Amino acid sequence: MAVTDRSSEFLSAHPEKQRSCSTDSRLRSFRRHHCAAALLTLALATPSLDAGVLPEDRTDALYHSYDGGGVQVTGPSILVRKGDNKQVSGSINYYVDTISSASIDVVTQGSSYNEQRTQWTGTIDYLHADTSMTASYSYSDESDYQADTYSFSISQSMFGDLTTVSIGYSRGYDDISSNVDPAVDETADHQNYHVSLSQVLTRNLLLSLNYDAVTDEGFLRNPYRRVYVLDDFNDPDSLANFNTPERYPNTRTSNAVSANFIYYLPYRASLKLGYRYYADDWEISAHTADIRYTHPLRDRWIFDIGFRYYQQTSADFYADLFERPDQQNFMARDKELSEFKDYTAGFGVTYNLLKKPYGFIDKATLNFSYDRIWFKYDNFSDVSNGAIPPQAPLYEFEADVFALFGSIWY
Amino acid sequence: MKVTGLLSLLPGILLLCGCSGIEPWVKPYERAHLADPIMSFSRDPVSDTFIGHVYQVREGARGAEGGHGGGCGCN
Repeated sequence: MAVTDRSSEFLSAHPEKQRSCSTDSRLRSFRRHHCAAALLTLALATPSLDAGVLPEDRTDALYHSYDGGGVQVTGPSILVRKGDNKQVSGSINYYVDTISSASIDVVTQGSSYNEQRTQWTGTIDYLHADTSMTASYSYSDESDYQADTYSFSISQSMFGDLTTVSIGYSRGYDDISSNVDPAVDETADHQNYHVSLSQVLTRNLLLSLNYDAVTDEGFLRNPYRRVYVLDDFNDPDSLANFNTPERYPNTRTSNAVSANFIYYLPYRASLKLGYRYYADDWEISAHTADIRYTHPLRDRWIFDIGFRYYQQTSADFYADLFERPDQQNFMARDKELSEFKDYTAGFGVTYNLLKKPYGFIDKATLNFSYDRIWFKYDNFSDVSNGAIPPQAPLYEFEADVFALFGSIWY
Repeated sequence: MKVTGLLSLLPGILLLCGCSGIEPWVKPYERAHLADPIMSFSRDPVSDTFIGHVYQVREGARGAEGGHGGGCGCN
């Protein structure tokens, strides 16, 4: 769920049918298992406290926008956190994605659509000496997908607060339906195990190590998306069609490990370096590397610039073009399961609105961040003109992502 | 199995902190730089959650995003 597009969205494979009912049977964005997993991992990855310290009382109001590949996603996100300054702190987050999609999958398999996803998340943090515990619940709702996610984590600070160890567990239950096929009534379960370690290495250097194992079970494919199959394998001039639904395994297990460093430079500025390795039993492996430079200017401004690189291999049952509808047990043509790379370059600006506390407000900031992402696919073709891979051009697109938000601390 | 193995280490780690004789090599009064907001792995949770969503729905990988906390833990 999440910012969605997650690619795909489809109706049926019959173009004439798609056009005839385009106004009321819109294609649905895929999101599906992937977004559910996103909820799951973000529930545990949301930066929580250092053990021994409650999160700060603050409120954030954010407007977000994603525009790329024919997909626009916008909406608000509001986060309110308040604690007793001693042992307990709670937060509520309200998040909306308003989606308008004419992605490459929609163009080739269906017609554009608009829809909305709403997510509520509640979190309670409890602090006792050097131990902190966090429990959270999240509910995400859209027309054909509902997801409940529960998570719990515990952090322990030790060695004079130089080391913090955290473990967490998250469980998600999803209900999946289809807006074009009433027979689709499926479920998917997700589990996430998380371990992390934060370490003060020197007076200027911090290290964070993270490990996540995620397991999915149930209906993991997109009920709308179809694979691209030759009309007649024996005919060298054969065209291809989108008549065959995807077929996915009903389980998936993944492991991810990351190391992140942040270093205080000889002047007041910081440099963050991160690397993540990912692998799953669908044979996808991925590398992510990112760098961020943060530079304050006087007491009022903070500037960030960053670059991120990502690459992955394709799932073993993915193909840009299949020769036959029954070619193999599992078949997918989701570009997120293909082999591809993406690059991100971005910047952020934070302006401190108050020189000194005003009333009950200790601090207030206005923030803006912008990222441009370049996606380049190595075995996913643009077949919107009816071309057959490998003659069809490889797909690529750029996305503009920005967030404008205000924050107050009290 | 790997997960179970890692989780089984936790009680030992927690016990360690109870009988720790390790002297902190960065003293509390040496953590001014670490306490600076620019040393946070995640300065703004609401925007980090958003950008995390952006990547998670468009990439095959998931989990182990970014870093937790940051700062000096010395409030």
